[in-house]
Amino acid sequence: MSDHISFVRTEQLPELPPPAREQGVVKWMRENLFAGPVNSALTVVSIFVIFQLVTGVWPWFANSVWNTDSLSECRQVLDGRTGACFSVLTERWNQLLFGFKYPSSEYWRPALAFLLLLPAAAPVMFFDLPRKLLAFTAIYPFLAFHLIWGGTVLIPIFAMAGFVGAYLVFSGLVSRSFLWASVGAVVAALVIWRVGGMLTGMIGPDNPTLVSVPSRDMGGFMLNMILGVVCVSLSLPLGIVLALGRQSDMPIIKIICVVFIEFIRGVPLITLLFVANVVLAYFLPPGTTFDLILRVIIMITLFASAYIAEVIRGGLAALPRGQYEAADSLGLDYPQAMRLIILPQALKISIPGIVNVAVGLFKDTTLVSVISMFDIVGMIRGPILASTAWNGVYWELFLFAAVLFFIVCYGISQYSQWLERRLATDHR
Amino acid sequence: MKKTLLLSAFAAAGMAAGAASAGTLDDVKARGKLNCGTNTGLVGFAAPDANGEWQGFDVALCRAIAAAVLDDPNAIEFVSTTGKTRFTALASGEIDVLVRNTTWTFSRDADLKFEFTGVNYYDGQGFMVPKDLGVSSAKELDGATVCIQTGTTTELNLADFFRANNISYEPVPIETNAEGQQQYLAGACDVYTTDASGLAATRATFEDPDAHVLLPEIISKEPLGPLVRHGDNEWGDVVRWTLNALISAEELGITSANLASLVEAADPSTPEINRILGTEGTLGEMIGLDPDWAARAIAVGGNYGEIFAKNIGEETPIGLARGLNAQWTDGGLLYSPPFR
Amino acid sequence: MTTVTDPPRQAFQISMLWNDTRYRSYTFQAIALLLLIAAFSYLIGNLLENLRAAGLNISFEFLGQPAGYDINQRPIEYNSQSSHLRASIVGILNTLIVAFLGCITATIIGVTAGVLRLSNNWLVRKLMAVYVEAFRNVPVLIWILVIFFVMTAALPAPRAFRGETPQASMLFDAVAFTNRGVYIPKPIWETGSMVVVITFALSILGVIAYRRYTTKLLYETGKLLPRGWPTLAILFGPAVVMFFVMGQPISLEYPALKGFNFQGGVQVRGSLIALWIALSVYTGAFIAENVRAGIQAISKGQTEAAASLGLRPGRIMNLVVLPQALRVIIPPLISQYLNLTKNSSLAIAVGYMDVTGTLGGITLNQTGRAIESVLLLMLFYLTISLTISALMNVYNNAIKLKER
Repeated sequence: MSDHISFVRTEQLPELPPPAREQGVVKWMRENLFAGPVNSALTVVSIFVIFQLVTGVWPWFANSVWNTDSLSECRQVLDGRTGACFSVLTERWNQLLFGFKYPSSEYWRPALAFLLLLPAAAPVMFFDLPRKLLAFTAIYPFLAFHLIWGGTVLIPIFAMAGFVGAYLVFSGLVSRSFLWASVGAVVAALVIWRVGGMLTGMIGPDNPTLVSVPSRDMGGFMLNMILGVVCVSLSLPLGIVLALGRQSDMPIIKIICVVFIEFIRGVPLITLLFVANVVLAYFLPPGTTFDLILRVIIMITLFASAYIAEVIRGGLAALPRGQYEAADSLGLDYPQAMRLIILPQALKISIPGIVNVAVGLFKDTTLVSVISMFDIVGMIRGPILASTAWNGVYWELFLFAAVLFFIVCYGISQYSQWLERRLATDHR
Repeated sequence: MKKTLLLSAFAAAGMAAGAASAGTLDDVKARGKLNCGTNTGLVGFAAPDANGEWQGFDVALCRAIAAAVLDDPNAIEFVSTTGKTRFTALASGEIDVLVRNTTWTFSRDADLKFEFTGVNYYDGQGFMVPKDLGVSSAKELDGATVCIQTGTTTELNLADFFRANNISYEPVPIETNAEGQQQYLAGACDVYTTDASGLAATRATFEDPDAHVLLPEIISKEPLGPLVRHGDNEWGDVVRWTLNALISAEELGITSANLASLVEAADPSTPEINRILGTEGTLGEMIGLDPDWAARAIAVGGNYGEIFAKNIGEETPIGLARGLNAQWTDGGLLYSPPFR
Repeated sequence: MTTVTDPPRQAFQISMLWNDTRYRSYTFQAIALLLLIAAFSYLIGNLLENLRAAGLNISFEFLGQPAGYDINQRPIEYNSQSSHLRASIVGILNTLIVAFLGCITATIIGVTAGVLRLSNNWLVRKLMAVYVEAFRNVPVLIWILVIFFVMTAALPAPRAFRGETPQASMLFDAVAFTNRGVYIPKPIWETGSMVVVITFALSILGVIAYRRYTTKLLYETGKLLPRGWPTLAILFGPAVVMFFVMGQPISLEYPALKGFNFQGGVQVRGSLIALWIALSVYTGAFIAENVRAGIQAISKGQTEAAASLGLRPGRIMNLVVLPQALRVIIPPLISQYLNLTKNSSLAIAVGYMDVTGTLGGITLNQTGRAIESVLLLMLFYLTISLTISALMNVYNNAIKLKER
């Protein structure tokens, strides 16, 4: 038998390569670009659009001028060709970033403060990092305040001491009663601030190491960052309180919260800024003069807190009823149940929503330019375009502003998406 | 925790809040700083320069007041205001004096309860058109598109003018002077209208100023001057007489150059100069200031004429002639009551 | 800590207000109410004192006085002698116009981009992703300003149309793109035109009836009549016939360059166009994300089930996926409309005379009545928002999944 089976192969044939149209670039293109007539047409249209964009924009970049002192000089250099005058950026970058009044010798201070924001925010944003890093996050607000505003170092130190004192009193009393612990914490903080204020007045040095910069002198992209960061952080606790108030069983508190939230969400931010700018002064005791920046911070914080409250309310509603019942059956009272069981979970699932609100809010900080504050858009529309040297440069300046915002907002929204994916796996 | 955060915000606010007392003059002295409301930026009148220092014709008046009251021309907090915010800022006490180009009108004086303490610039609303449009009079502007800055008396004057002449127009409201220039130069409007001084200043910055003409019609009276709140007459007097001191100084020939020697000499043959400079009489005391208050005010930037020449005069890019703003002795309208 | 069992009934004591959970909520509410009243009376007291010190008062009489300024875009009769109230109404109408136009185009742009983001075509997918990210991550104010400046700088001024060899010319001699806006022909309604309009209105009813009929036929007999071309035929056929029968009663008034400007026709102003484009493209990017999320929320099983029933892809989308996706898409869509309306208040940046520009802008400046103007402004936006929210709640209740 074995003699007759010489036709049988003893070894396997080598694998043939797949047909050319089923592999590599060709396959990819066939599947992704030219699958069917409609698809091919779309591809052709897209390529045409991209081609138009690139050929339109490329010479503008290629011919760009970076080192002239005025628009007319730049136009002379360009000599009729299309080209960007990026020299406005090289000449005015400091005004765009820091406003026109911040002392130029002190630029390193806000720059450092925003650089330190990254390590300070990291432990909040990434749960895997060691929890000890949170200590830096806690110190950061005071550090950043001192860096940006300067002045005597005693103010942030006493402010921090107030919070530490409040925390100590709170943790000492919380086992007895949440309510009394909160009241005690507030009293402790107030006492320390009062004493600290008097001490600062007495022993504060006349010439602090960091020159004091008044808030009026803040401007440019720095102002957008300050408003964004401060208002989001301040609105978070307020938003939590409002969300809890809206979920509350107590009708009066619920009504107050609902009216507040719906009112704020119903009006455009710009009308609230008008309030800060032209109306709020009438509602303060005669003679009080608030900084405009402080009034704006209050209004934007109220604005953001209403939106954050709605996000957190969503988080609270998404928690299974069992969590509330479990907390009750353990015999926890309301503050304990919220603090230890409900809020940690609700906040965690609300983070992506909160981040979205934060991005929206950060973009909305440009609206302050409408009420004569010199943020980055205000700088562009005001001092820079009004100057004789740069009257007529629009593209370059707005492109710069758009790129700055894009980097920050896109970064945050990518983080939010990453977090959403990550939180989604936690629940499965 | 939430409450403490909120409280801290208010505590910070409290630090910024200052105690109020009856008189603005006392407030300013106690504060050691003059809060002065200006434009957001109009070159020549009030604009921050490359170093962020405020400069200009209106700013010089602020510095003079600060020098008179506080003996320091730099003890000023400049608060830039828009057309919308300026009156609230003044009414609410955020600023002590508003020197922004504000037209003295009946309703602002009576209804908004402000006190205009004088006129530091006599202006009027004019029109600028491109030369190749071939227009020689504002009455030929039937159907034209007119760029106009919002929040000023300009738009009311404009409406009145076109209604009175029974011709139609299309207003294009714009927010800032820079945007107005851009719209005008791009041809999005045929005419740009604002105060004649502003038009001259704007035209001076054009690449080709000769391609644009100012029409002969001046359609309104725009007396621009500093203003303070109603009812605080002591403070109003300080602002009014500081301005008058600058004007009188020019009339009497006190300049920043000869100021020191005039004070030194106290020549008995020039009693009014002596009274202004505080070497004779007690004028300073009457107004609640030091005897040499006016001398300090004049020392900052010189007399009215010097301030004018340095910021907006014919030697500057703005290039404004004195015109109505000459001394009454030269045929202008500047006329200071006597220092007596 | 708190006891779970009810304590035995006992006489009411003051301390129970604090320690008894049954009464504590009353205590809290009373305190909250008192604090609220205290805060309000503090603020209002300050207000009254400030007003008294400044010699001012709160009064809405200024609304009746002549406004004194002109508005370029006037949906209703208005001149500088009209009252401030009328100026505000003109502003409100202008707000509603730009919001309405913006919502329509934003929906079209957003739905298109959202569907294309899920396309099989890699290039299209990426292009749409770039569009969505670029507009979502840059402030809308910047977009409004950029589009406004670009329009002013890139389009020709009317005087470019003048002369023997004009630098610019009109499209089909009917539409002029200038940096003051776009001029389009205006229809002139002559006698008999009403007949044409009524015919057209009836045709719309006819189309609806025809579509109902085909659906009914499909469900009853399984026979599917063509829909596309009959719709077009019913829609335009009778109207066109009637147009010629009545002797062409509708003519067009073409814009023509006269004097300084184009005269005749309808002018869509540059500020409106800039605001409209910016708002719809910006909001469109957000709507695209909502649409994408809505379509992706429909489980793949639905598509597969429909495919295994033998439906073609187009019909799967129309009959299976979209009806379900709409339930997810519409609530966020409506809140995007709300955002667009609120963002239209940025009109002030480009000089579009919406309600923020008239009531909150020039009227506020000229009368100095800041408190009253801002109050009215807020009331207007609040009314719009609450109305739309109420409609949304009605809709949400109507489409709620009816489970068991």
